[in-house]
Amino acid sequence: MTRLLEVQGLAKSYGGVHAVRGVSFGLAAGEILALIGPNGAGKSTCFNMLNGQIRPDTGTIRLEGRDTTGMRPRAVWRLGVGRTFQITATFASMTVRENVQVALLSHAHQLSVFHRFAGRSHAGEAEALLDLVGMRADAERPCGELAYGDLKRLELAIALANRPKLLLMDEPTAGMAPKERVELMRLTAAIAREQRIGVLFTEHDMDVVFEHADRVMVLNRGQLIAEGSPEAVRRDAQVRAIYLGEGLVYDARHREGRAA
Amino acid sequence: MEFLVVQFLTGLASAASLFLVASGLSIIFGVTRIVNFAHGAFYMLGAYLAYTLTERLEGAFGFWGGLVLAGLAVAALGALLEIVLLRRIYRAPELFQLLATFGVTLMVQDLVVVIWGPEDLVGRRAPGLRGAVEVFGQMVPSYDLFLIALGPVVLGLLWLVFKRTRWGVLVRAATQDRDMVAALGVNQKWLFTSVFALGVFLAGLGGALQIPRDAVSHAMDLRVIVEVFVVVVIGGLGSVFGAFVAAIVVSELNAFGILVMPKISLVLVFLVMAAVLVVRPWGLFGKPEGPARQAPGVSIRPWRPFSPGERIAVAAGVALAALLPLVAGDYALTVGSEIIIFALFAASLHFLMTVGGLASFGHAAYFGLGAYGAAFAAKAAGLPMEAALLAGPLLGLAGAALFGWFCVRLSGVYFAMLTLAFAQITWSVAFQWVEVTGGDNGILGVWPSPWAAGPRGFYWLALAVSAAGIAALRVLVFSPFGYGLRATRDSVLRAEAIGIDRGRVQWTAFVIAGTFAGVAGALFAFLKGSVFPENLAIPTSVDGLVMVLLGGIETVSGAVVGALVYKALAIWLMSQTELSKLVLGAVIVVLVVAFPKGIVGSVEELRARRNRSEPNGAAFGAAKMEAAE
Repeated sequence: MTRLLEVQGLAKSYGGVHAVRGVSFGLAAGEILALIGPNGAGKSTCFNMLNGQIRPDTGTIRLEGRDTTGMRPRAVWRLGVGRTFQITATFASMTVRENVQVALLSHAHQLSVFHRFAGRSHAGEAEALLDLVGMRADAERPCGELAYGDLKRLELAIALANRPKLLLMDEPTAGMAPKERVELMRLTAAIAREQRIGVLFTEHDMDVVFEHADRVMVLNRGQLIAEGSPEAVRRDAQVRAIYLGEGLVYDARHREGRAA
Repeated sequence: MEFLVVQFLTGLASAASLFLVASGLSIIFGVTRIVNFAHGAFYMLGAYLAYTLTERLEGAFGFWGGLVLAGLAVAALGALLEIVLLRRIYRAPELFQLLATFGVTLMVQDLVVVIWGPEDLVGRRAPGLRGAVEVFGQMVPSYDLFLIALGPVVLGLLWLVFKRTRWGVLVRAATQDRDMVAALGVNQKWLFTSVFALGVFLAGLGGALQIPRDAVSHAMDLRVIVEVFVVVVIGGLGSVFGAFVAAIVVSELNAFGILVMPKISLVLVFLVMAAVLVVRPWGLFGKPEGPARQAPGVSIRPWRPFSPGERIAVAAGVALAALLPLVAGDYALTVGSEIIIFALFAASLHFLMTVGGLASFGHAAYFGLGAYGAAFAAKAAGLPMEAALLAGPLLGLAGAALFGWFCVRLSGVYFAMLTLAFAQITWSVAFQWVEVTGGDNGILGVWPSPWAAGPRGFYWLALAVSAAGIAALRVLVFSPFGYGLRATRDSVLRAEAIGIDRGRVQWTAFVIAGTFAGVAGALFAFLKGSVFPENLAIPTSVDGLVMVLLGGIETVSGAVVGALVYKALAIWLMSQTELSKLVLGAVIVVLVVAFPKGIVGSVEELRARRNRSEPNGAAFGAAKMEAAE
């Protein structure tokens, strides 16, 4: 059986720096996979290669068996990959509803239509998507005045507009209040499970990661160092070492302190 | 062979001055992120001041000292400009900075004529370098050899300054990360001022060095700024070495282009520039720019189509305008036709600039191409007016399709410079290709059909065509295509991530805008009965920009309102004062600094504020934040 996403030996270097090397993993439909790792581990580079923003040096990316390596973001999107950004990217001059409508128009190949008022097309569908993320009441508000947490939810609605098979979410809850974070990820998880969307997300908030992820991958210095169930990863000695340090300096100082 | 060597040396000599000006522009851009349009004006001031100083001061020291003094004086003026004007607009969108410095250029053009008079001035020759040196049996002016040596010397000096002095290190640091340098406790204000002064000094010196070679004239500013833009587009903005290499490339192309294609020598430069852009969009030695700070036209207030009430009001306005011939005289109707035609021109630029976020500084090219197209169709092909009005814009369309393909590969200031360069190339073709375009004499006798020959008939024709064109553009704004275009303006990242092909959408918008500008141009040709190169010159492009800005760059209807007000004012002003450029330049500067929202923008602001005095606290907070920025 071909899985939804198959990544083989992905690598990218900038100058002499290996941002990502030899990353391989798979993702099944409806599965929620977290990619964690310290800052600079290569998470965002990995993400940007998956949706085509960066071309990998080597390695292949297959979506439902189809090679998408080196495709442009817009082509990858057409194959059913939605994405949200670490720093939200939305259309500030439009209303919340119009933001979703543009994505819907694009999905329906209607952006080369030169007449007809676009503000009325796909309005129902747009509102249904906004309803899904709990933003229906804000449909007419200017996007430029939304709070950051709302922008994140709007991005999710936009990302869902092409009925994606795969959602890539780069730090979906960064910059949000704790309560909002939990809500947004619960929402995402519920949508993903219901519509059998595969979700790959990066996250720094471990509560979010361990509550929702089916599996967790840990990236450090461009390499995958652990992969498995949240429980297994939590117990992994190497992972602990990365996140909490080896304890060499700290313990040593304490011992010295006691000796003195 | 010998002749070619000499031609090569002449090219190298021209490169020196071009390099000085271009490197100054590059250094200023690197640190302040401002493309200083007034750089050509400073170059011109340097030449004029050097002329006066070398005439007054005696002897060899007088000459060389005069050149350096001229450069220093211009640098002081530059520092003054930076302190008084630029410090207020560092955070404004790029378009505003370009416009403000262009306003200064306009003012300087008139001031120079007031101070030094309209005639070309021929300066002294350099003492000690009056003669010529024999190279391969041909005579090469020794001053040229001096200039050839000067280029690398200046490059070396700049390198030393940037690598070996504390100030140079700060400048390089600021070029890479301004915020970090500020966070380190460096006084940014004076760093910026000093960098600006150095850049302007180079421009002034570049102008001063030209006086033994070339006559000093009040048109030399625009000529050089276009060449400089071409140089930095090829070499890469922010790179001094790139400016050096590209200045040589461009000067040699000019020197040999005259031999290969004497009539249209600039085409050669265009071809090279196009080739470089295809391979390296950021220039030979440039680095890709980060995402543009803020595209023009982004408004926090979402656009709406007209409400039924507003629609009735607009229809009533058009109907009133249609009734004007019943009361107005012939002169008023001719003026009215011109204003209406420019409303269409402004609306087409608005579509590209506000809706597409692509601030074109050369939109007049497509206006002019439309005009020439109509003139060719009427004169050469002998078509009647009706057919010529349809055929003319096709030339605008073709030009926009060709140039636009290159332009939309770039964004922000690069886009602005490239559109300007293309427009100037189009202008020079119209100017130089006398057999086809009539050159400076233009094409005369482009007369309308009998039914539209009178001021009244033509007024109705212009009104009908322009109103239909503006309405069509407005429909486009709110069509799915218009939304897609705005999407690429608001966030390229997000647009590409939802399947929008940015390049294709923006290119289509460019072609649409160029075609509508061509329609306006074709009408204009029949209004005047003639076509001249000035129809596609830079001032016409800037007129369009000012109209959009005056009306309100963040609004849908601003362009038309701005065009009506601006054109009426300009025509009135021309009849009142000799110094129309001075006044116009000042108006632009004031607009940018004090009135950036424009007429319609301000009206909308007032309306929104009144509505908000009711509930809705969140919206108010956001608007306040916006106002504070």
